Amino acid sequence: MASNKNINIHLKIWRQKNAKTKGSIETYKLDNVSTDSSFLEMLDQLNEQLINTQKEPIAFDHDCREGICGACSLYINGQAHGPASQVTTCQLHMRSFKDGDTIYVEPWRSKAFPVIKDLIVDRSSFDRIQQAGGFVSVNTSGNTIDANATPVPKHDADRAFEAAACIGCGACVASCKNGSAMLFVGAKVSQYALLPQGKVEATQRVLNMVRQMDEEGFGNCTNTGACEVECPKGISLENIARMNREYLFASIK
Amino acid sequence: MAKSAFLKSSIAKKYWMALTGLFLCLFLVGHLAGNLQLLATLWHTTPDDAALHFNQYALFMTTNPAVKILSYVTYISILFHAIDGIILTLQNKKARPINYAMNKPERNTIWASRNMAVLGTVILVFIVSHMVSFWAKMHFDENMPLQTITINAGGAPQEFYVTTDGGYIPKAQVDQGAYKIHDRTSFYDGQANVKIKEGYKDLYKITIEFFKQPTYGLPFTILYVLSMIVLGFHLFHGFGSAFQSLGANNPKYNGLIKNIGKGFSIIVPALFAIIPLYIHFLLK
Amino acid sequence: MKLDSKIPEGNISDKWTDYKDHLKLVAPNNRPKLDIIVVGTGLAGASAAASFAEMGYNVKAFCFQDSPRRAHSIAAQGGINAAKNYQNDGDSIYRLFYDTIKGGDYRAREANVHRLAEVSGNIIDQCVAQGVPFARDYGGMLDNRSFGGTQVQRTFYAAGQTGQQLLLGAYSSLSRQIGQGRIQMYNRHEMLDIVKVNGKARGIIARNLVTGELERHSGHAVIIASGGYGNVYFLSTNAMGSNVTAGWKIHKKGAYFANPCFVQIHPTCIPVHGENQSKLTLMSESLRNSGRIWVPKKKEDAEAIRAGKLKATDINEEDRDYFLERRYPAFGNLVPRDVASRAAKERCDAGFGIEANATNEGVYLDFSSEIISKGKQTAYAAGNHNPSDDEVIKLGKAWIEEKYGNLFQMYQQITDENPYEVPMKIYPAVHYTMGGVWVDYNLQSTIPGCFVAGEANFSDHGANRLGASALMQGLADGYFVLPYTVSDYLAGEIATGKIPTDSAEFTEAENAVRSQLEGFLNNKGTKSVDFFHKKLGHIMWNKVGMGRNAQGLTEAIAEIAALKEEFFRDVYVPGTTDELNTELEKAVRVADFIDLGQLMARDALQRNESCGGHFREEYQDAEGETLRDDENFAFVGAWEYQGNDINAEVLHKEELKYEYIKIAARNYK
Repeated sequence: MASNKNINIHLKIWRQKNAKTKGSIETYKLDNVSTDSSFLEMLDQLNEQLINTQKEPIAFDHDCREGICGACSLYINGQAHGPASQVTTCQLHMRSFKDGDTIYVEPWRSKAFPVIKDLIVDRSSFDRIQQAGGFVSVNTSGNTIDANATPVPKHDADRAFEAAACIGCGACVASCKNGSAMLFVGAKVSQYALLPQGKVEATQRVLNMVRQMDEEGFGNCTNTGACEVECPKGISLENIARMNREYLFASIK
Repeated sequence: MAKSAFLKSSIAKKYWMALTGLFLCLFLVGHLAGNLQLLATLWHTTPDDAALHFNQYALFMTTNPAVKILSYVTYISILFHAIDGIILTLQNKKARPINYAMNKPERNTIWASRNMAVLGTVILVFIVSHMVSFWAKMHFDENMPLQTITINAGGAPQEFYVTTDGGYIPKAQVDQGAYKIHDRTSFYDGQANVKIKEGYKDLYKITIEFFKQPTYGLPFTILYVLSMIVLGFHLFHGFGSAFQSLGANNPKYNGLIKNIGKGFSIIVPALFAIIPLYIHFLLK
Repeated sequence: MKLDSKIPEGNISDKWTDYKDHLKLVAPNNRPKLDIIVVGTGLAGASAAASFAEMGYNVKAFCFQDSPRRAHSIAAQGGINAAKNYQNDGDSIYRLFYDTIKGGDYRAREANVHRLAEVSGNIIDQCVAQGVPFARDYGGMLDNRSFGGTQVQRTFYAAGQTGQQLLLGAYSSLSRQIGQGRIQMYNRHEMLDIVKVNGKARGIIARNLVTGELERHSGHAVIIASGGYGNVYFLSTNAMGSNVTAGWKIHKKGAYFANPCFVQIHPTCIPVHGENQSKLTLMSESLRNSGRIWVPKKKEDAEAIRAGKLKATDINEEDRDYFLERRYPAFGNLVPRDVASRAAKERCDAGFGIEANATNEGVYLDFSSEIISKGKQTAYAAGNHNPSDDEVIKLGKAWIEEKYGNLFQMYQQITDENPYEVPMKIYPAVHYTMGGVWVDYNLQSTIPGCFVAGEANFSDHGANRLGASALMQGLADGYFVLPYTVSDYLAGEIATGKIPTDSAEFTEAENAVRSQLEGFLNNKGTKSVDFFHKKLGHIMWNKVGMGRNAQGLTEAIAEIAALKEEFFRDVYVPGTTDELNTELEKAVRVADFIDLGQLMARDALQRNESCGGHFREEYQDAEGETLRDDENFAFVGAWEYQGNDINAEVLHKEELKYEYIKIAARNYK
């Protein structure tokens, strides 16, 4: 907080009225942005400026603003969630930018994530992948065995947690040159594959989730590794490899 | 599960890319081992011995049944690798209909990994032209020369065809009609029309001439070296990528795979590239 | 109408079991004939929707987010309580029950809280079965940690992301049912009114936030699980979209709103830094397991720190005032949230605050002692019995990183300071609302057929919620209470048949919503919605915040009423109704917040006592602790809507009886 100062910036932001119309990049100038502001607070400030001049504010997805809900997206200056590593856009602060900078703000670009308006995209394809198999088929009766009845090696529990830390923001798809969703799917497959509770239906899970992923129009993985670098939660490529193994074993079973 | 899905799914495509790619890596090692025989002048006393050494190897490679099977696997692998690659690339293009106005992929990926299709295409063109230059000649060219050797017979140097049984047939006698050559490599008795011996196709000569020809020798050498650099980049990403695709990712071994991949992608193309450079610049 | 809490007779530990045994059931072949609407997909909503669908009911679930997985339960960090006694430290259902009642400062219902404690263990079993990756020890068993207001270790956790893991667990159950076609999921839909037919909840009007279309949905029961209303303060730890609209709309249609003034101010949040700030970020209470809270003993040191002349690390140990440890030696840094928050406010008000913001509000949360102690333990465990100081610090930091890594990273992102090296700066912020829609033991509101679950209802936490209890309550309501009580209600609806949406009631409700929306767009105002929201937040924080008094509350009531008038006169909402319009969404929500804010001030004004999160400055003891008035205020205050004028709302009192816990002054000393 010691570094607080104000900067003036130029913004080039994608504007698109709705899914059916064509969009374009518009240019804005915004003065007196505190470097302590988050990137989204900067957009709030711009929107306030737009509203005060009776213009339509920029629509963007956001909710928790603490890096966990996965709602915020934005391709900022050529990178998903902007230049800082392992943060979401809401955790990106304006101290990452300099006075006079021009900042490009674009929506995620993927056939499976069509633009709804301005910077908002439709990520329900992720939900459908989850619905295809991202669960353990256990009813919610509570009449399951005691939580400690099945020990889980700490190493496996920790790896499962790391995979489960995915926030479903879609940065992996957005940064992948192929628009592939393998990191997202790999993380979910891995979480369950690593836990004894998930192993029972591991075969069907991986086949169904991959089938749904392909149907949604995501691209293929070519192991460039962009997803891992841009993932705000540091989900490892190991999870994609694990999914590849799971899929291989499931296919030959 | 349905077999078709196993062939069509995005992950299955990765397996095929990886398997064919790794097989082609093995092929490269074999091919390199053979090609290095072109440097045989370094350890043989006479150029003729060196040529023979290489041509013997070339004959083995074109006739051994096991090698033949491997060669068909190789052709199929190349085809599959290329076709699968093209399909992947087209599908991946479709997955992002609108591009970013501002994109900085260099922040999160290495150049080679983003350009595998381009690198692969260059390599494919290279393979085709390379096969036209050598493989097609070896297999189909009616005028493919047979290896001869010059021996000082009775004080005067005399040229002989070298035969696969380790014998020699004087070139003069063939020219005079005592022997006839059928099927490009078989020596027949001039009168009885019976096959007597088998000669060696002189691939060595073809190769040396290819890189040493006055006008095109230098450009060909340069193109070959450039192609090997392209291959190096392709392997730089491809080698490790194949392991990842097949699910071999374990923090314990990732470093090892990565380093082997790096080593492979530098050493193998470099050794390939040394050959035309040696022939063009150093071979007398 | 007299409030009937429907608490069953019988011994407290058998009540729920006996009651469940006698609830009416709906046979499996009848369940597909019954429709249930669930609004909200956080822990309570998602778990309820999944459970209903498994049972065979037709379920429609709604969330305003782009995916049910983003509900704000996801942001809960620290953990979830359960009386498993895995740590063998004397925990039991009774103790969890007791701690929760006491933590709530004796303003919660005994029967509800006991039920909560009873099912707490099942929640953990259920979540583990779903594949929730809780933290484990090296033996493969589940690990626990401590939370405020308890002296046992009963909190289950997954690093600092427990809420995320639990929500994704519930979301996976929800997804499974959606995938099987048993739940129709409506993402990006906001409920804008409830529809009553013959006095019963029969459906909702929802706005498709993408197309702007108003939709009618009918159901035999409506479940509201839309979360808390902390955003009435503008700045809170809630998500930007968190709102009271669903709860407020049913309030306007007859559901009583209970204890709105009970708001939890969480002690460990990152202090406010500037006027463009949009929200506050929580640093999990679990950090108080390892961190010690302090301010300088000398005022001049605090001033020097604020002026940037001294750093925290410059202050000697003997010049630090670990004020929680000083005032509450038995619980130390792990006193309940309301107590810790007030203690921090007391120090800052007295001039010892260390943050250089407009109000000097901030105290230190220091991990240096823990780093050294855990570093030594780790070294010892690894066989190094004589580690160097550097080794100790290195190992200690690694230990901290494993436990709290994501929180430390989050802190550094926001503040640009490294909390491994310098103490965190923290200050209380609005976090959770104990108040909410009044519900009976069945979680049914005063509208028949309209049930309210999770933070949206008022039930289990009294005047102050203990840490790690919100996740427990949300899942308990959804998995283990509603499936029984809603079935009991629906048993009477088997013969109803499909409810048509073309009735006069639906038309009327839709028209009312439409005219409200169009009213905003046709308003020729000049100021943004946020302008009013921030203004409301200022009034609320300053006068209905951590310290309240009759004068301030009276002023707040008048100021909010004036703000409401100004809002409807001068708000400017761009765009149209038939498109994605984020300003319009905000306008609807802020309109409801303004009403609610006024009611909160009224509720705080009528409650002439201090209890839990409700601190009336007039009612404190010599040491500044809360002074409850059990004689006159041992009741749930439930407000009945009377029309546009909030000052006309009528208060109903549900008396609280304590039969199993002796009501006493809270003492954490």
